[in-house]
Amino acid sequence: MSNRVLLLIGTRKGLWLAHRHRGDWEVTGPHLPMAEIYAVAADTRGAPRLLVGASSTHFGPSVVTSDDLGATWQEPEVAPIAFPADTGVALERVWQLAPGPADHPEVVHAGGEPSALFRSEDRGRTFQLVRGLWDHPHRERWEPGFGGQAVHTVLANPHDPDRVVVAMSAGGVYRTEDGGDSWQASNRGIKAYFLPDEYPEFGQCVHKIAQHPAEPERFFLQNHHGVYRSDDGAASWRSIADGLPSDFGFPIVTHPHRPDVVFGFPLTADATRYPPGGRCRVYRSEDAGETWTGLSEGLPDRFWSAVMRDALCTDDADPAGVYFGSRSGEVYAGSDDGDRWERIAAHLPDVLSLRAMSW
Amino acid sequence: MRVTLVLPLLLREHAGGRQRLEVEPGEATLAGVLDVVAARHPALERRLRDESRGLRRHVNFYLDGEECRWLDGAGSEVRDGTEVRVIPSVAGG
Repeated sequence: MSNRVLLLIGTRKGLWLAHRHRGDWEVTGPHLPMAEIYAVAADTRGAPRLLVGASSTHFGPSVVTSDDLGATWQEPEVAPIAFPADTGVALERVWQLAPGPADHPEVVHAGGEPSALFRSEDRGRTFQLVRGLWDHPHRERWEPGFGGQAVHTVLANPHDPDRVVVAMSAGGVYRTEDGGDSWQASNRGIKAYFLPDEYPEFGQCVHKIAQHPAEPERFFLQNHHGVYRSDDGAASWRSIADGLPSDFGFPIVTHPHRPDVVFGFPLTADATRYPPGGRCRVYRSEDAGETWTGLSEGLPDRFWSAVMRDALCTDDADPAGVYFGSRSGEVYAGSDDGDRWERIAAHLPDVLSLRAMSW
Repeated sequence: MRVTLVLPLLLREHAGGRQRLEVEPGEATLAGVLDVVAARHPALERRLRDESRGLRRHVNFYLDGEECRWLDGAGSEVRDGTEVRVIPSVAGG
């Protein structure tokens, strides 16, 4: 673990910040009380900027930023993300805030509900709708998952700014190679057992995808039943679920430095949505999903909660700190790539999103 | 024509700390009032309406004591001296 870590904890009722310094954690909050925080990001491509997608159930969604590690927050007067008037649509929620490639430090992408991609050229102050995806002929046949119909994952290629991959529930994976003008459904090999055609072109209920900057053609995917890997830039997928106690879950993340290392949090499904046997375990693969190990040191049994799609993350230390938050309002920090865990927060509202920065 | 918009405590920070806003709408409707608010206080207006100009579901507008949904919604007529009270719903958990 590195010396200092700032962990952003987005919950259904506000934002908390956990700061680790010399081994001790200090948790502050609520910041932005009562806002639903589906998306948090720490942009470290220049002076650190925190970005938060905050939705008020009364007063609607917004994006707020902090340039002093959460001491103060700023929000533009006009809505940072809004649909153009000609669409006749209103933004329900921001599901993802994703800083773009390192050599394009002004670019930030946002995924929204209803399913749409937005792009910022001013580091997250203002965003514009990416029309190519909005105008895709499949859009009218994208269906909402239980949580809503949203672009919940945005992965920009670290070396080629024209290449972006998004995922949505339900709709599946789409990719562009021309900066967002045209998009191809990229779901070959991903099962949709709940549809008459079990391998459709699109319509899969993808929960999360992850990418490593050193292997940008490889992706990992947690599906609504199914865990997959792509080695061809998301064009096709194959199962890597063997060795997991369940092929269901929400999050999947890669190690910050080792592209073969990936983490997930399996749940039994569909009849129940608990970790198998009530045992709280992060599963780690060190060989790109060929084999998996359940990490248990410091994690509880009789744990009847779940971890949502953006509530698992790593910091960028090596070995990495790994973090997850539960719907029961607990946050755990794992040191040494997840070998050992400690609970650093409890009794929070249900955790929706986590991101860490370390220095 | 002058209409008064009365704001709850939660929203006053987006109107320079004021409880009451005096508005001279170009169009004699609630929507016309909110169009003026949008130009003067965009951070306030977008908490009252979404970008498609729809009234937010859990924000209520009382025009001289009548909830606008029982009138004509955003098209409800306002007159000189109308008081529009903004009252958020008490729903939520």
